[in-house]
Amino acid sequence: MQRIRLRYTKRGRLRFTSHRDFQRAFERALRRAEVPMAYSAGFTPHPKVSYANAAPTGTGSEAEYLEIALTEPRDPEKLRVLLDESMPRGLDLVDAVEARTTGLADRLQASVWELRLDGVTLQEARGAAEAFLAADSVEVERRTKNGLRTFDARAAVVRLEALEGPADRPGDTACAILRLVVRHATPAVRPDDVLSGLRATADLAPPVPAAVTRLAQGLLDEETGTVTDPLVPDREVVTAAPPTAAGQTAATEAPPAGGVAQEGTA
Amino acid sequence: MPVESVFPRLEALLPHVQKPIQYVGGELNSTVKDWDACDVRWALMYPDAYEVGLPNQGVMILYEVLNEREGVLAERTYSVWPDLEALMREHAVPQFTVDSHRPVKAFDVFGLSFSTELGYTNMLAALDLAGIPLEAADRTDDDPVVLAGGHAAFNPEPIADFIDCAVIGDGEQAVLAITEIIRAWKSEGRPGGRDELLLRLAKTGGVYVPRFYDVEYLPDGRIARVVPNRSGVPWRVSKHTVMDLDEWPYPKQPLVPLAETVHERMSVEIFRGCTRGCRFCQAGMITRPVRERSITGIGDMVEKGLKNTGFEEVGLLSLSSADHSEIGDIAKGLADRYEEDKVGLSLPSTRVDAFNIDLANELTRNGRRSGLTFAPEGGSERIRKVINKMVSEEDLIRTVATAYGNGWRQVKLYFMCGLPTETDDDVLQIGDMAVNVIAKGREVSGRNDIRCTVSIGGFVPKPHTPFQWAPQLSAEETDARLAKLRDKIRGDKKYGRSIGFRYHDGKPGIVEGLLSRGDRRVGAVIRAVYDDGGRFDGWREHFSYDRWMACAGKTLPAQGVDVDWYTTRERTYEEVLPWDHLDSGLDKDWLWEDWQDALDETEVEDCRWTPCFDCGVCPQMDTEIQIGPTGKKLLPLTVVK
Repeated sequence: MQRIRLRYTKRGRLRFTSHRDFQRAFERALRRAEVPMAYSAGFTPHPKVSYANAAPTGTGSEAEYLEIALTEPRDPEKLRVLLDESMPRGLDLVDAVEARTTGLADRLQASVWELRLDGVTLQEARGAAEAFLAADSVEVERRTKNGLRTFDARAAVVRLEALEGPADRPGDTACAILRLVVRHATPAVRPDDVLSGLRATADLAPPVPAAVTRLAQGLLDEETGTVTDPLVPDREVVTAAPPTAAGQTAATEAPPAGGVAQEGTA
Repeated sequence: MPVESVFPRLEALLPHVQKPIQYVGGELNSTVKDWDACDVRWALMYPDAYEVGLPNQGVMILYEVLNEREGVLAERTYSVWPDLEALMREHAVPQFTVDSHRPVKAFDVFGLSFSTELGYTNMLAALDLAGIPLEAADRTDDDPVVLAGGHAAFNPEPIADFIDCAVIGDGEQAVLAITEIIRAWKSEGRPGGRDELLLRLAKTGGVYVPRFYDVEYLPDGRIARVVPNRSGVPWRVSKHTVMDLDEWPYPKQPLVPLAETVHERMSVEIFRGCTRGCRFCQAGMITRPVRERSITGIGDMVEKGLKNTGFEEVGLLSLSSADHSEIGDIAKGLADRYEEDKVGLSLPSTRVDAFNIDLANELTRNGRRSGLTFAPEGGSERIRKVINKMVSEEDLIRTVATAYGNGWRQVKLYFMCGLPTETDDDVLQIGDMAVNVIAKGREVSGRNDIRCTVSIGGFVPKPHTPFQWAPQLSAEETDARLAKLRDKIRGDKKYGRSIGFRYHDGKPGIVEGLLSRGDRRVGAVIRAVYDDGGRFDGWREHFSYDRWMACAGKTLPAQGVDVDWYTTRERTYEEVLPWDHLDSGLDKDWLWEDWQDALDETEVEDCRWTPCFDCGVCPQMDTEIQIGPTGKKLLPLTVVK
């Protein structure tokens, strides 16, 4: 049995896809592409797919991960192209490796998030970020299935910086970008929890909902606060070459062109 | 003139609503065509939530048929839930299509498919959100033509004030004919405006335009007559019938949604129409004659559909699927073909007398044998003669015995309450039937854990059926009868615990009855309910009986009628019915004779296997029964790797 790990995106309007929706769509794409899937045993066999740490509904992502088990070996790159063609545009399969190691889920230690705040100036964003980072703890509330829950959103935040918004925006409206590195912990701290925290500590209240995108997930370097490609160990075994520059830098750079928030204008 | 997408404005609202994915489109096999390259543009709506509307076969078929044509474009729109509706009103975002998020008002035609009358308030909500005047009389040349179709359109009179026109029957060819008329009218520079276009449509005899007919009433409230008020407009409007389903293999590329919907499977319509002659069944009466898709045509559709969708279940749809002349070979052929691929087959709507265990075994080759569903509809032999559902209790017991003996553990039985001539005793016999089923099941399976679920709802008399003259049972009497049955089942010490009892109270049926057999005066009730906030009437959590009754109480008495007049009143032979000028092909005198036969407990055979009984459809519509067997078989698929 061969296991293949795939990185996929949730771009443009398809960021509103929930994780359950994605699962159904992906399993149908597997059938359309006639991928020789391994099935679970039992009364109602399911194709063997494991998903890791899915982004919340409504947030975009450049770095979601899953693993599939096949009964016959396939070339990972050819399989990726086939599946990518079979999936709707926006749910794009962008990377594939054969699994040579265990513990992909354990390597997803932290996420890099980008929050686009339309109507917020760079100064406002920078001030809020500084106030947030200066606090020892930032209590926020979130509604969960079990009612309202209060927890600290500060400790999990490794980095938080404010950047100038993209140059191509219409007119001279204010726009700031927050770049956020969050450690995966329990309870999970999500970008909207950090936004709640920014409101609590610095009264930051964006006039329109923030457009949130996960740029990367992977191993966290606690010293530098950088997040590195979690598929590198699988690649290393194959190539026996040093980690590629692409694998490392992709994590902290902007998403590929044509990515976030460009669809939806059709 | 370019039409802009409203998506950027909608997108800002989506983070605040439930299940935003239902509003973003992008489904697999959906189509986006160049607006400016098309000269006739349709917005198609199923007036319910996306999760119900998306799998609708009718909309899916017309969407594909229209989009396949050069210069024609069709996009889809569904009802938005109240959370988004409120935000759209606050931020002035209009009703949009999910394909390109264009405003519905920008299209030439706004076509709505009504499977049920309970979508009428949702139509008003969509019109209002679209910025289209609710009343057809207030519309201008800038508004789309509002067109109703679907089974409920066989009596469009309650919505006559809100629609510009209605089409009854099969839509495939009708939408193309309408498209050509609109195209010609537009290319001529829209002579005579909206009025001229509607007149051209009406003159075909296949499009009903309510404004070209005047309804005159008698002093007692009944209709005196319905008269065309323009020259060239026919007295009666005909239904459309597609012959040779193999020439119309739609949907070829079924839509695959990202959002979860009520039917997560690929559906293939294996035949259209039914001549079993169940007297309560509007679908069976208005879709005649029976037209089968061939076994090879079905095999083709399944093969292409599965390839295009990746679904893992195929539903073989029709009004009574086991009645296909080659159903055994179809089921076996498909089960053979897809045994390795883990594709499940399902056969909704199976009659007790057409069920056979070989068929059931083929259908469940891959899956588990959880439950079988049958619909005897009536509890006593007598009432089943009245409704012409010729299923004997012996048939049923024999069938369930086989099923329990072959590993099934659960049988669901569907019934109706409030059928014409029904007494308490007819309904109480449902309890006896369930007991006999359990007793037989325990005997043949040797187990005590088998179950039978009785599901029962109130009967609503429908237009174009022999029961169109019948009195509907009041909600109170329906509830009282159901309570007696419930007590009888619960009181059975030996078998009661093995029998599940599910029922719907009689109130929603009264509103459905008002809308089903209503006339133009009922439009004011629908409008009042909408104005008072009524939406999603098919959903228990949104439906309000009290609101409907309050609004009816405000609007109907001025016309000398009330809800009982429309529902529990029995009609006479002479009465002009509101839908008499809509021709379903059924001869009104034959329907009356069949109604009299019902009262005499006389049954009628199926004309597929016995001589024609002159219901009128084939000669009136110039159609014929199209059934097999073709003698062909489904060969194994050649696997190309």
